[in-house]
Amino acid sequence: MPEAANPAAAENREAARVGVYVCHCGTNIAGTVDVKSVAEYAAGLPNVVVSREYKYMCSDPGQALIQQDIKEHKLNRIVVASCSPLLHEPTFRRVLDRAGINAFFLQFVNIREHVSWVHTDKEASTAKTRDLVRAAVRRVCLHKPLQKRQVPIDPRVLVVGGGIAGIHAALTMAEAGKEVFLVEREPTIGGHMAMFDKTFPTLDCAACILTPKMTSVGSHPRIKLWTYSEVVSVDGYVGNYKVTVKHKPRYVIDDLCIGCQECIAACVYKDGKTPDEFNQGLSKRKPVYLPFPQAVPQKVVIDPEACIEFKSGKCKKTCVEACGDRHAIDFKQKETFDEIEVGTIILATGFKTFDAKRYPDYGYGRYPEVYTSLEIERLINASGPTGGELTLKNGKKPQSTAIIHCVGSRDHNTNRWCSKVCCMYSLKLAHLVRERTGAEVFNFYLDMRTPGKGYEEFYDRLLDEGVHFVRGLVFEISDFAAHPSEEGKLVLRVEDTLGGFVRRVPVDMVILSVGMEPQADAQDVRRLFNISCATEGWFLERHPKLAPVSTFTEGVYIAGACQGPKDIPESVAQAGAAAAAALALIDAKTVELEPYTASIYEDECCGCKTCVPLCPYGAISFVAEKKKAAVNEVLCKGCGTCVAGCPSGSITQNFFDDAEIFEEIEGVWSHA
Amino acid sequence: MPNHQPVANSRFEPRITAFFCNWCTYLAADLAGTSRMKYAPNTRVIRVMCSGRIDPQFVLDAFAHGADGVLIGGCHPGDCHYQEGNYKALRRYYLLKRMLMDMGIEEDRFRLEWISAAEGDRVRTVINDMVEKVRALGPLDLRTPIPETLPEEVTV
Repeated sequence: MPEAANPAAAENREAARVGVYVCHCGTNIAGTVDVKSVAEYAAGLPNVVVSREYKYMCSDPGQALIQQDIKEHKLNRIVVASCSPLLHEPTFRRVLDRAGINAFFLQFVNIREHVSWVHTDKEASTAKTRDLVRAAVRRVCLHKPLQKRQVPIDPRVLVVGGGIAGIHAALTMAEAGKEVFLVEREPTIGGHMAMFDKTFPTLDCAACILTPKMTSVGSHPRIKLWTYSEVVSVDGYVGNYKVTVKHKPRYVIDDLCIGCQECIAACVYKDGKTPDEFNQGLSKRKPVYLPFPQAVPQKVVIDPEACIEFKSGKCKKTCVEACGDRHAIDFKQKETFDEIEVGTIILATGFKTFDAKRYPDYGYGRYPEVYTSLEIERLINASGPTGGELTLKNGKKPQSTAIIHCVGSRDHNTNRWCSKVCCMYSLKLAHLVRERTGAEVFNFYLDMRTPGKGYEEFYDRLLDEGVHFVRGLVFEISDFAAHPSEEGKLVLRVEDTLGGFVRRVPVDMVILSVGMEPQADAQDVRRLFNISCATEGWFLERHPKLAPVSTFTEGVYIAGACQGPKDIPESVAQAGAAAAAALALIDAKTVELEPYTASIYEDECCGCKTCVPLCPYGAISFVAEKKKAAVNEVLCKGCGTCVAGCPSGSITQNFFDDAEIFEEIEGVWSHA
Repeated sequence: MPNHQPVANSRFEPRITAFFCNWCTYLAADLAGTSRMKYAPNTRVIRVMCSGRIDPQFVLDAFAHGADGVLIGGCHPGDCHYQEGNYKALRRYYLLKRMLMDMGIEEDRFRLEWISAAEGDRVRTVINDMVEKVRALGPLDLRTPIPETLPEEVTV
């Protein structure tokens, strides 16, 4: 059957001159697989002309070895047994290309991730490698020359998320002359960084370094900023994405609102009644509001959940009166949609903080003087709800404050990862709390982790400032006073692991250094953009070291904390890297797509139309005159579902042809 | 058909042919590797772009050419890189499973699993579990002659 479907197969097999290259990968492979015996075994397989093993096939000498053999031994098929094809298949395809044979005459065998790293028995691993190499040798003989498809790249770019990473990426792209769409779901850009007071370790004020960038985004001629908007669908492929963006109704007409905020002053609510999201619910806002004074864009929003007009329709509408002849308020506004075309996408959707209520023993939500770190950021912020005054609920300054590290980090019951930023921001908060209130500050830490430029020095500085550090896990916070001196205080019970005993520490105020978590809807976003998440829910990069901002979907890049916990400098660096990667793609003007498309053997197609509805991309049509199916190669993404579904076997897929796969299936267990 | 060579004093090592989709399960197997998880060396993975590419004939061919079990790995429902190829795989899987059982190939020899790129550990547990189940069934013996007449209760 397979041979019949591919009459050239037998001929290919005759003419094939195969070179087999087994990589040691140092000891990564050679430690578990007897590579020498595999190479010797492969040398005896039909069609194999050369078979070698080498320390590092991917190195320059390794590549040169293949190139030289191709010339010297007139090889026309190559099998490389090394790491995952997702890592080095492109590398070795380029080798074939340079040596003057078609790049697709290569078959890659994964003997590192799939063999040596997952097995311990050397004999079994070697046997498995032999099987895989044999199947590859059989398969590669049938490979046909293929050409990658060239498609043009739309130079426009979409950036999703308007935190510091998204802002930096958008500005970098725009400065490079590209047209940028920046989509942010909140009414303003700025993200978490806009909430912070100071940044570690330099203690420069977050707003001073962020707001100029926010303003640049808002006024940049090449950035189309869409706040209060979300991406709802993504179609297309690298270089040619079609994206639909939903604009949620602000009930304020963007172009007419000048940000004078007179409507806010005029609202029938004299005081706010709704918890202010930006201030972590520590203050109240009115139904018509600006998220914070430096918000970009400076356009107010009306919250229909809180506004009387939306609830009863009987409001005096003093806001409309105040807006006057600007007529910017529109209670009938509906959500609208924009369809845009972009070539590349940068995702910078950020993180959320750990919900401290998940540790009931810490009493967050029960004891009013237990705060999260983000709440303290707002309370010590000059533009925060208290104007930067850090006081207890009774108005007095705290005499003593505890900062508990690793809340929702490094814990097998919640999140196993280290959130990376908490040690440093806890030190920063310790410094600020001490500076503002003069309180005694206790840090309860598991391990201090302060790698980074100037970070350890900052830790040293705090030690000199007289901040206390207790190594150990706080296991309970209560208001139970065991001694008169503990009356009215929160008592922390902690295992001091350096002292080797349990301490009781009474304090006035507790700060929980909450960790970072993937956004609640990270899974939905991942599906939308067709990328993957790692086990913990962070977006998965193409390679943890060598492709940290690329994803497995070409043309989609990730930046900032959506990929994993990161501080501001790292997020900015990644955003710059993502922008550079997108720019490299755009400036190449065209991109090569894998040629794995399907095509129809017209002679054999009986016109049954089974394949037509199978294609999710509408790439298959039925040509009525010929009574045959036809594949539109531009639309085909190369999944091969139609090939498997065709009852007469008259569809083929490049590089995954039936004959090639059958050869592999039969090869893996055909102990020669 | 290749012969199983029973080795004296050694337990039966089942041969599992696995078809993994490029975007989820193949990546999960890579992740198992980078995480240095250890699992049974009995599988031989064949990479396809999508589980939807897996022609039922591939499975039959694998059984006919030495496999004692066949494992298909694809993306979770809703996660397919090609939107819905895994649903097509699922439909074919159920149909083919019935057919294989009619042919006398036990249920545990043919398995479909959704394993996302994040689930390296699942690759390990699924492969180990399948190897044990197929080991318990013993080698697939396609040469047992089919009885000339069907048992009486099913003859029409």
